[in-house]
Amino acid sequence: MNLNAVRIVYRKEFTEWVRDRRTLISTVLVPLFLFPLMMVGFSALAVVMVGKAEKETPKVMILGGEDSPQLIANIKKLDSLEIVPYAENWKDEISNKDIRAAVEIPKGFEKSLETGQSETVKIYFYDGEMKSSFGANRLEKFLKDYRDTVVKDRLAAKNLPASVLSPFSIKQENVAPPEKVSGATFGSFIGYTVIILCMTGAMYPAIDLTAGEKERGTMETILSSPISRMDLVLGKFLLVFSASLATAVLSVISMGTSFAILGHSNLMNSSSGQTLALNLGLLSVVSVFVMALPLAFLFSAVLMTIALFAKSYKEAQSYLTPMTFLIVIPAVASVMPGVELTPKLALIPVLNTSLVCKEIISGTYHWNSIALIFASTCVYAAAALFLAFKTFQRESVLFRS
Amino acid sequence: MIEARGLSKRFHDKKRGEIRAVDNVSFRCEPGRIYGLLGANGAGKTTTLRILATILEPSDGTALVCGHDVVEQPEKVRANVGFLSTATALYPRLTAQELVEYFGRLNGLDEVTLKKRVDDIFSRLDMNGFRDRRCDKLSTGMKQKTSIARTLVHDPPVMIFDEPTLGLDIMTARTITTFIRECRDRGKTVIFSTHIMSEVEKLCDLIGIIHDGKLLTEGTLAQLRERYSERDLEEIFVKIVGPLQSNGEA
Repeated sequence: MNLNAVRIVYRKEFTEWVRDRRTLISTVLVPLFLFPLMMVGFSALAVVMVGKAEKETPKVMILGGEDSPQLIANIKKLDSLEIVPYAENWKDEISNKDIRAAVEIPKGFEKSLETGQSETVKIYFYDGEMKSSFGANRLEKFLKDYRDTVVKDRLAAKNLPASVLSPFSIKQENVAPPEKVSGATFGSFIGYTVIILCMTGAMYPAIDLTAGEKERGTMETILSSPISRMDLVLGKFLLVFSASLATAVLSVISMGTSFAILGHSNLMNSSSGQTLALNLGLLSVVSVFVMALPLAFLFSAVLMTIALFAKSYKEAQSYLTPMTFLIVIPAVASVMPGVELTPKLALIPVLNTSLVCKEIISGTYHWNSIALIFASTCVYAAAALFLAFKTFQRESVLFRS
Repeated sequence: MIEARGLSKRFHDKKRGEIRAVDNVSFRCEPGRIYGLLGANGAGKTTTLRILATILEPSDGTALVCGHDVVEQPEKVRANVGFLSTATALYPRLTAQELVEYFGRLNGLDEVTLKKRVDDIFSRLDMNGFRDRRCDKLSTGMKQKTSIARTLVHDPPVMIFDEPTLGLDIMTARTITTFIRECRDRGKTVIFSTHIMSEVEKLCDLIGIIHDGKLLTEGTLAQLRERYSERDLEEIFVKIVGPLQSNGEA
């Protein structure tokens, strides 16, 4: 191996790389702006949307209830709901979002209450539609309060205290530190995103330096120079690897900044009212980066090898699209609830890194697993680089026509 | 000097089976001479020249380039060869100067020698007006000059040209043919493939006619004229290749 030749190839590829707008977009702009856009932008948008939906007074229809005037009068008194007159096509009106929900009062409801018979009040709504859920929730809250009042009155009539219905109460309380809670919430997402960005960062340079070179007709030019194929592959590989790492570094920086911004805003308040403070310490950031290193190495070598089989940029893109799914699937699997790091899973590339990143971000360091994952990914990466060297020796691949 | 010894190259094609692109080809070209490899499209010219430039490995036989074996010492062979063809394109995002310097460095030139060599070549080829312009912004003529500069930067003793004027306009093609002559005049060993008879007549000291991977005949233009009793090279070519092509087509 001639390190000077590798350096010369790397320098030239770097010059071309920084002058290529396509690769700069995938390597620099996407990771730099994706996180702030996803985290800050989407969170802010969600807050605005939910706030707007909450401010709206939902239109609600009452079905039946002619013989329960008391209940109807109480519902109509509510400021949080707008009662609209009955219409035959009430189901369509809910589906068409003309009204948000409907409540069906069974026949003889108030009479049944007096006699102690149990009845069911039905609330109809559009499942998955936020404004409809708000309308249904307000109806449900009113009905629950009304039921509690009825129960209290019945207990009072029999001279029984209200506590007779709840001899004891149950409360769940979190004992994990806030950063671990937030880590468990966001850890898998962060690992997943860093992995995907490592791959996208490597993808375009890998295509450009192989299939792109064939398409432009420069492959024969470089092969006629005295550089050995091994040095050539290594120079090209190092550039693809650098691009992948640059994407990983930028994504980690961008991620840290995004969470810092969110930490200072009120956008990350959980339903319990606690702020999900994600303190990405230096150790977490460095650890995520270190774990992404062999994976970026693996991606670079694999993507280069596959792209080399293609005759053109377009063909390479069509080869690498299924490859994207192969990487996305294990990365997504790590986000699934209940998927935890085991010695067997620690040997599955991508999934192992994604899972360990999840643990690292939540502040858990299982050093044995970390060492096993790092070592196994390094072995896969070395095998992939060896395959890239071998592929570059094949005339049938280099001069495919 | 170039010496091809029984060069053969077989490819495997899924539909057609084994293809003999080059079949036991032997020839020799001395320094200060131009060897013209004349053949129709698909005759085996490009494969032969790619083997000599060590871009492809022969299936059988070998060749010596400046005393180095193409199979055993491919990197040493490439260090002594300047290879130019219509398929050897330029890096679009590098400037003309950056591209020539890149190949100079790959050929092991130190920075002082490289600068001197680049300045000299750029002046000689009248390239100073576009030395800092990116290759994707160059005209066809400028690109050809840059390609020539790339092949010359390490001053190789052997030059291999694979149909270098294919698809070029008359003026750009003339730049190339003038350059090929200059190479011979500087004592370089030149091998040149084409299917354009007039170029062969004008340039080549020795002509080899190749068809279907086989070298059918070789000699000087005068020797071929005498051997086939024809004055015109095209007629000579048709006399040699025509019957084989008719048989093949039949």
